[in-house]
Order: sequence, then C-alpha cells, then structure tokens
Amino acid sequence: MILPSRHWRFKVIQLSVNGQMQRVDSDANLARLLEALELSGKRLAVERNGEIVPRSQYANTRLAEGDALEIVVAVGGG
Amino acid sequence: MNAPTRLAEPIADPLLIAGRAYRSRLLIGTGKYRDFDETRRAVEASGAEIVTVAIRRTNIGQNANEPSLLDALPPSRYVMLPNTAGCYSAEDAVRTLRLARELLDGHDLVKLEVLGDPNTLYPNVMETLKAAETLVRDGFKVMVYTSDDPIVAKQLEDIGCVAVMPLASLIGSGMGILNPWNLQLIIGNAKVPVVVDAGVGTASDAAVAMELGCDAVLMNTAVAKAQNPVLMAQAMKKAVEAGREAFLAGRMPKKLYSANPSSPSAGLISPKAA
Repeated sequence: MILPSRHWRFKVIQLSVNGQMQRVDSDANLARLLEALELSGKRLAVERNGEIVPRSQYANTRLAEGDALEIVVAVGGG
Repeated sequence: MNAPTRLAEPIADPLLIAGRAYRSRLLIGTGKYRDFDETRRAVEASGAEIVTVAIRRTNIGQNANEPSLLDALPPSRYVMLPNTAGCYSAEDAVRTLRLARELLDGHDLVKLEVLGDPNTLYPNVMETLKAAETLVRDGFKVMVYTSDDPIVAKQLEDIGCVAVMPLASLIGSGMGILNPWNLQLIIGNAKVPVVVDAGVGTASDAAVAMELGCDAVLMNTAVAKAQNPVLMAQAMKKAVEAGREAFLAGRMPKKLYSANPSSPSAGLISPKAA
C-alpha cells in the first residue's frame, strides 16, 4: 500500500532567490519566505519578476512556481 | 529649564542639489574600507553629508547576523546616494535604483552610472542617457556619472538630471584631472551643479577640481586606499574647502616669464643703477 507522504497536503514549488533555487510550500507568502531565510526585519528591498514588492505587501504576496526574486541590501560602494 | 532652541545657522555658500542645501562640497564613497568602523571614521573626518552606497544581493542562508553598512552610517544622519555601480545597461540601472528607492523608504536622490566595459569602467553614454530619461520620468532626482564630453553633459542636464558628474580620470585610478579644459567647458555651460566624480588621487587633485569651478567632488578610492584613510579624508575636506575658497577669491592673472617683486623696489640700501 502506498502511503501519502508527510507533505501530502503541501505541494512544493520551486523559485529562484538571488539566482539560487529555493523550494517552498505552495501556500507560502513572501513574509514567510523572508522569515525562513532569517531576513525578517532587515533593511532590504525585494523585486519579484522584475517588479518591486513594497514592504507593506510582503504578507499579501503569494509565491508561485518559477518566481524570480531579488533581495538586496545596501553595501559599501562608490 | 530648557536651553533656547537654536535655529539652524544659514549656510554660507551652500551646495544646492535638487533644492536642498549642503555645507560640505565633498561627497564620499563607502567602498573598499577595511571595515565599517574605518568607513564611519573616514566619513566623519571628511565632513561629507552625502555618501554613496551600492545595492547588492543579500547573502542567503549564511551569516544572517553580519553587520550592516546602514548601522555604521545611519540614513538619519547622512544623505544616502545609492549608485548603479556594476550596471552595464540602462535596464539594470533602472531596476537597481527602483530597489534602492524601496530600500531607503522612498528616498529619490540617486547616482546613475552605466558602465561601458569592465577594464576602463568608462561610462556608456548612450545607455546612461536612456536610463536618465526613464528615471527622471519616474520621479528620481538623478546625479549622473558621465564622460567629460560637454555635449553629453548638457544633454543629461536637459533631460532633467539634478547634477552632472564628469570623470576626472578612470574610476579608482587616482590619475587626477586629465582634461581640465573639458571640465571647464562643462562648468561654463551647466546650470546644474557639476561634480567631479572619479579619478581624484590626492588632496591637490581635489583642490584643482574646485579651483576650476566644480561645485563639488565625489571620491572613494583616494580616501579608502590611502595608507591612512581617516587622515586622507581630513586632507580632502581641507582641499575641497581651500579649492572652493580659491575659486571664489579669484586667482591673480598669470604673468608668463615676467617676475614682479612683492617688496618695494625703492629704499634699498644699495640701489641698483636704473
């Protein structure tokens, strides 16, 4: 008998974060992803598929298969 | 009892960029220092009010607690000037600055640079013009790095850039001011501030730029890669101030091949026969 996997209820999707593949639950939103990456509360900015995601929208931004996210910070530079 | 509120003193000879007045005419970059503490001390010593920062991907899944530049240089104290260093197309530059604006809570003063090739880091003026148009339309206040071509500088001004920033020589080269004549053409034609950006190597270069009539100087490597960055930052502050004052004072006319004594010619104890 084939048992359902532990994650039966959660489909896993793949997306790209700063050029690296990441796997997340299909019901994940951006705020939860940032939390999982230990980036919550940091001063950063996020672009999703070429569009800026305002900070106020992180919790409302559902992630989708194939999304390309860029997460940036300020660093030293001239 | 509270001390009486002191009104901010008016700035004598302010640098005006996009409607805001600055005391310091030295803009400083924050790259290439040993650590954030050295960055902070050098920036403090320079007296700069505007500091450039770069926008880069954050590390994922490693060293989550690494220190942040913006802790060392709080945006409440310094005006951040996010740049597009490393961008080779108008599109990348525009994306980078939209991210910067979100990162800095809507802050719209930015430094645009679109590079042409990785060896010279010379600006690609075609892409720079394209990016400037998009950014100005999008509400950014654009300070723009460019070549020392006076026509391009004027075109960038006409697009609506709030400052034009021609190079003195290649980024990070420290070769000093290679073409003072072109810089003077740009200064003579510009109605927005002209900021020499890139190429300054030591204090005298900064002073020369200011004596030519530049409104300000932007530098990074000259300070960060000095043997003593904090001392060089202090030297640059003085050089920019000295150069500005010399410009305002107006130098004496040059008298080529003809000396003129500063002491009286009359009253010598053994007068020379005329």
